Amino acid sequence: MLTQHQHNIQLPEGSIEKQTTTLNVGPTHPATHGVFQNIMELDGERVVSTEQTVGYIHRAFEKLAERRPLYQVTPITDRLNYCSSPINNMGWHLTCEKLLGVTTPKRVDYLRVIIMELARISDHLICNSIVGVDTGAYTGFLYVMQYRELIYEIYEEVCGSRLTTNIGRIGGFERNFSNTAFTKLEKFLKEYPKVLREFENLFARNRIFMERTIGGGAISAERALNYGFTGPNLRAAGVDYDVRVHSPYSSYEDFNFNIPVGKTGDNYDRFLVRNSEMWESLSIIEQAYQKIQSFKGAEAEVYHADVPEYYLPKKEDVYTKMEALIWHFKIIMGEVDMPKGEVYQAVEGGNGELGYYLISDGGRTPFRLHFRRPCFIYYQAYPELIKGGMLSDAIVTMSSLNLIAGELDA
Amino acid sequence: MALTNELIQQKLQEKFGDQVYGFEESYGMLSFEAHKDMNLKVMQFLYDDATLQFRFMTDLCAVNYPDDAGRELAVVYHLHNLSENIRLRFKVFISVAEPDVFTASQLFAAANWMERETYDFFGVNFVGHPNLKRILNVDEMDYFPLRKEYPLEDQTRIDKDDEMFGRG
Repeated sequence: MLTQHQHNIQLPEGSIEKQTTTLNVGPTHPATHGVFQNIMELDGERVVSTEQTVGYIHRAFEKLAERRPLYQVTPITDRLNYCSSPINNMGWHLTCEKLLGVTTPKRVDYLRVIIMELARISDHLICNSIVGVDTGAYTGFLYVMQYRELIYEIYEEVCGSRLTTNIGRIGGFERNFSNTAFTKLEKFLKEYPKVLREFENLFARNRIFMERTIGGGAISAERALNYGFTGPNLRAAGVDYDVRVHSPYSSYEDFNFNIPVGKTGDNYDRFLVRNSEMWESLSIIEQAYQKIQSFKGAEAEVYHADVPEYYLPKKEDVYTKMEALIWHFKIIMGEVDMPKGEVYQAVEGGNGELGYYLISDGGRTPFRLHFRRPCFIYYQAYPELIKGGMLSDAIVTMSSLNLIAGELDA
Repeated sequence: MALTNELIQQKLQEKFGDQVYGFEESYGMLSFEAHKDMNLKVMQFLYDDATLQFRFMTDLCAVNYPDDAGRELAVVYHLHNLSENIRLRFKVFISVAEPDVFTASQLFAAANWMERETYDFFGVNFVGHPNLKRILNVDEMDYFPLRKEYPLEDQTRIDKDDEMFGRG
């Protein structure tokens, strides 16, 4: 640590040279995995301090949302944490449903849980494999990307797109899951555990990986809470706070799963927590799939709630029925008034508590929409996390925090 | 004894009297207003009190109500008691002419950037903030873009020119 470290260069009084070196990392740098700038003061290889600059890809989402009817805000949420867009989409639908007082059928909830947990796996998979890349193990990353592809194929089958998904609608899904989607899900459930086990074996007890990550970027539970940490980063510090358990949404209370926690809040614990969460997610998906298979008859075909004011009618009805045509037109043109009110809805995103604070003044668009973006809040702690450590550890810390520039900058 | 919204309201009213008002419960969450000079005192009380223990700042943001003279800006705090798992929301209203409130960044490290963001977009001046400068927008910007006086084109406006849709 820096306190024990002695400066080996002694500069004469009044020298214009500095004891420390200034190093500019970012905004575009292969090791930052996103657009962030850090101006670091280094003493040799040790980080003395850093000044962060964010906002390079700010796109004024909150302002844009004030001029869009609810359904048009969904594509904006895609672009927050784009490693797990479906969670953002679902969070937004849940927010709207809370405001509008829509209750969704159980089958919709379970389908959503499947999609959200798939997204969580793909999010954690990226983060953990990138930590591997930054510690010098590229293989794991390339290997698991093939299996993230299986997840993206399921998204594609459900909503037609892969990264910025715009998946689901207020009240449910835009279409029922096809048989192909379920076949792909089965394939994923069959193949993925083996891969995850192998990925875990590559890192979890790997001497080089452990020495690179243990003790780096550590934070105590108390500091983490004060800094507003949520998600895996908070749990790695030993606090078992998980929105899925504490404020259940989308019927998460129907599932059995553990909240993995760490102890030291360092890069290694963050890795392990994410890794365990992927196993938990797999188990949740299996449970949800079983529940879905148990629906019989008409119930087994339900994929949206009955909310004609917000859920687009079937296309064939639009062409043949007057009422459907009217609703179709009103929804598309954004001519449906919302009830007045204020809601805060949180979901457990890939990297923490993703919150939506929506204020409606009874108009057709949100009066104000604020996103609680987890990584914007915990990235503040970065200078404290890396202070006194090596520059190379600072890079690992950055990737193990799971910072997503899109979410950071809104 | 489990912490309830009624108990929180009672404790706050006992402590602050008429400095806290407008209590309501919207969608299960307790919401109230505090006088603008009291924001930090209220937060400190919520933090320190043995039964309340709101020690997690979930969110901080502002809202602009341009038509509400003297109360044009609202700073909204979302706090969370993690052990009892109960959330609350409280607001302080300030005027655009004098948008000063005390910073919460000494109490919650999380508030630092959220306050900078709020300053950046609404021009709320957080008195005592260690580094109150723009965070997401460029430093040279000379206005506060999330205020309602800077409108985007309204896509849902009702005065649409029908000629543009071929129905002239």
